[in-house]
Amino acid sequence: MTGDDELMREFLLESSENLNQLDRDFVALEQNPGDRTLLGAIFRSVHTIKGTSGFFAFGKLEALTHVGETLLCRLRDGDMVNDSEITSALLAMVDGVRRILASIEATTTEGDEDHAPIIAELTRITRERDAANTAPAAAVAPTPPVAAAAAVVPTPPASVVQLVAAPAVGMPHVDAPVDAGAMKGPAITDSTIRVDVGLLDRVMNLVGELVLARNQIMQFGTASKDGGFIKASQRLNLLTTELQEGVMKTRMQPIGNVWNKFPRVVRDLAHACNKRVNLELDGTETELDRTIIEAIKDPLTHAVRNAVDHGIEGPEKRKAAGKSDTGTLLLRAYHEGGQVNIEVSDDGGGLDIERIRARAVERGLVTADRAARMSDREVAHLIFHPGFSTAEKVTNVSGRGVGMDVVKTNIEKIGGTVDISSRFGHSTTLKIKIPLTLAIIPALVVTCCSVEHAGRVATTHRFAIPQVNLLELVRLEGAHARKGIERLHGTTVYRLRGNLLPLVFLSKALEMATAPSDSDVINIVVLQADDRQFGLVVDGILDTEEIVVKPLGKELKGISAFAGATIMGDGRVALILDVLGIAQRANVVSASRERAMVDKNSHAQSDAEPREALLLFRVGPTSRMAIPLSMVARLEEIAADKVETAAGREVVQYRGAILPLISLSRDLLRESRIDDGAPLQVIVYAEQGRSVGFVVEQILDVVEEKITVRNKTARDGVLGSAVVQGKVTDLLDVHGVIRRNDPSFFGRSDAA
Amino acid sequence: MAQTRQLCTFQLDNLLFGIEVMKVQEVIRYQEMTAVPLATSVVRGLINLRGQIVTAIDMRARLGLEDRADGELPMNVVVRTADCVVSLLVDEIGDVVEVDERAYEGAPETMAAAFRELVPGVYKLEGALLLLLDVERVVALGSAAGIPKSEAA
Repeated sequence: MTGDDELMREFLLESSENLNQLDRDFVALEQNPGDRTLLGAIFRSVHTIKGTSGFFAFGKLEALTHVGETLLCRLRDGDMVNDSEITSALLAMVDGVRRILASIEATTTEGDEDHAPIIAELTRITRERDAANTAPAAAVAPTPPVAAAAAVVPTPPASVVQLVAAPAVGMPHVDAPVDAGAMKGPAITDSTIRVDVGLLDRVMNLVGELVLARNQIMQFGTASKDGGFIKASQRLNLLTTELQEGVMKTRMQPIGNVWNKFPRVVRDLAHACNKRVNLELDGTETELDRTIIEAIKDPLTHAVRNAVDHGIEGPEKRKAAGKSDTGTLLLRAYHEGGQVNIEVSDDGGGLDIERIRARAVERGLVTADRAARMSDREVAHLIFHPGFSTAEKVTNVSGRGVGMDVVKTNIEKIGGTVDISSRFGHSTTLKIKIPLTLAIIPALVVTCCSVEHAGRVATTHRFAIPQVNLLELVRLEGAHARKGIERLHGTTVYRLRGNLLPLVFLSKALEMATAPSDSDVINIVVLQADDRQFGLVVDGILDTEEIVVKPLGKELKGISAFAGATIMGDGRVALILDVLGIAQRANVVSASRERAMVDKNSHAQSDAEPREALLLFRVGPTSRMAIPLSMVARLEEIAADKVETAAGREVVQYRGAILPLISLSRDLLRESRIDDGAPLQVIVYAEQGRSVGFVVEQILDVVEEKITVRNKTARDGVLGSAVVQGKVTDLLDVHGVIRRNDPSFFGRSDAA
Repeated sequence: MAQTRQLCTFQLDNLLFGIEVMKVQEVIRYQEMTAVPLATSVVRGLINLRGQIVTAIDMRARLGLEDRADGELPMNVVVRTADCVVSLLVDEIGDVVEVDERAYEGAPETMAAAFRELVPGVYKLEGALLLLLDVERVVALGSAAGIPKSEAA
């Protein structure tokens, strides 16, 4: 077969594409049984494969496609009408052909599989459904397959003979492409060409190196006084940018390439689960870098399977709920803000938040207390936890609780984020965001200084932060630096436009020894990871540049703080920060806090929790209390004369709405608030679009401590007490206090 | 015909070491390195090797030997194993030497176990002992934070 190796390769390649197209076409045909164009296209594809298999003397392949072709012939001629059973049988044939082709590719032989069952099924259907059994509309097949077919088909020889009778009328098989040389795929326009993927990768690498070289030249260029050199380097700069953009485009593929498998997947799955699902695709032409396409194949498949298996209900249940009996699964893709957004939504039953909450407590993933305090969104995110599943039974399809965890991990591995939202009883939407490309990214370069050898050697380290994580830059000088930062014991926060922004010192996150700085300037890089924001404090901020991301060696891959490394314009290496990794290391991201809670060794009886950030405050003259920082929306200072009374309660006009106030000293201690005209310290708590302000005497501190709640008392308004910073501190029962003062707070929920 | 093999040799703390020559990609002078915070102390940093970013391992730390004196710059022995390229920082580069297998002897029992894991044996040369280095083990850092200095041979 040596001389035909090239032909064989082409055969395999084109057949593979044809099979994928057949998958889609058969599913489409099932929904439009009378579509003659579709039937024609399908028939041609199968016919082509059969013809070429004859040329290569692949007997089994030929036999299999032969019976399929016979059936298709009947359909095409109108002797039979397509239905579910026929479609399933034909799809089984497609799978069989795929397996044979795989075997041919691997071993150049057709493999040992016995296709008799499939052939038998197809033959049976053909025989049974055919209205006019006497008109043998079969193609002439060369003798060997006839013998093979006769051998494997367990039907009376009479029908076999019938199937392979002399050429029947209306059979355009005469130009059967036995000559593989004449076998071409469907007419492709001349404006596209096939390129080997390895070649594209090499070109991409070269362009990456060119980008680095260009960066170096630009460095010389800015320092140079030579007009000619500057002009030439600018031209080089322009050309390189355009070349880079052009090459990146060659690697871009439409997401349809991943999606085109889904009609078949959804159909098979829906059948298996006895559900009816309508798949809609929006944005199939949205383009992604090839590397990303590879990475999202699995996660998307998982998400789709989950939606069909768990999300969408069976027809009866849907009808009972007043929905149509066919569920809709919508896949959307679009570009936004330098990222690709992919949404998987279904109009199924949605997430049962309370059931998830209960299941999580049952599994020991979170303590009952923490679970009660979690917002709906946080509870929804629990489903991404490894091993979590509320499925009552583990089906073949899903339920083992593996799927969603895989989705999240794989997406995060390529620098993306996953979010889930749902309306119980109505819908669930999974939102995935991924950066447009992984190889060349714009990044902000920052510096951090460290000292070694007892302060003798000072080194300035450079780090690159991917711009996709960057929200804004804040520079504080002098008095602003001192005032803006609540540099308190344990944790540091900065009030950014009223919101508390946790701060992470880069030098501390990287465990670098630093010298006390006498600089009056604080540089904060506001970053976003996993939908949480935090501020990274660095020593200096340099330029934004385009950098080529190079992977770290396997010995360093495990360090979660770094996403890779790059070569800067001066030829030196700089590390690229992994923003999510740094956030998790600094315990700024709640996901890591929750993961920390899964430690099963923690004492189950007491409410022992890992380090949590707490806001300490004073109520009345001496009572110390605490509230988890995560529950604090804002800290406000409100002038005493702004407090008004409405319906017997104290309120204040705040941000265009009316904020009810609860004076904790009055509520808990039965002491009147001391009205000395000083501004009120208010801790604002918000949930589901409604807010309430707790009036306290004084905000004391923000700490991060491992707290063990002792004394779970029955005292109103207090969850228990703990020792924080060496003093006995009561933990505020936020929900309890609110409920006591306004029972309807949690009942009504405004449109979010 | 005696069995021989070729080893690329170098010096560390006045000890002579050898690596199978086929595993050595190149030998270059001191390269500026970028430190990697949070990495084990064995990893001195990253170097730019003609566009490729290569991790540099300080062999003194790896073997539990004393630190290099201040101001002494190490040389790079770039080795290529099955799945990675790593640079080993050494004091001085030696020649490529051909050694006779008959001169090989397994490491003595008195040698510290951790050291022995990286140095499986010794070649007895004229007037010197050449310690054979197992490169695969050397680059398999895993959780190895280098051999504590007290355990060095």
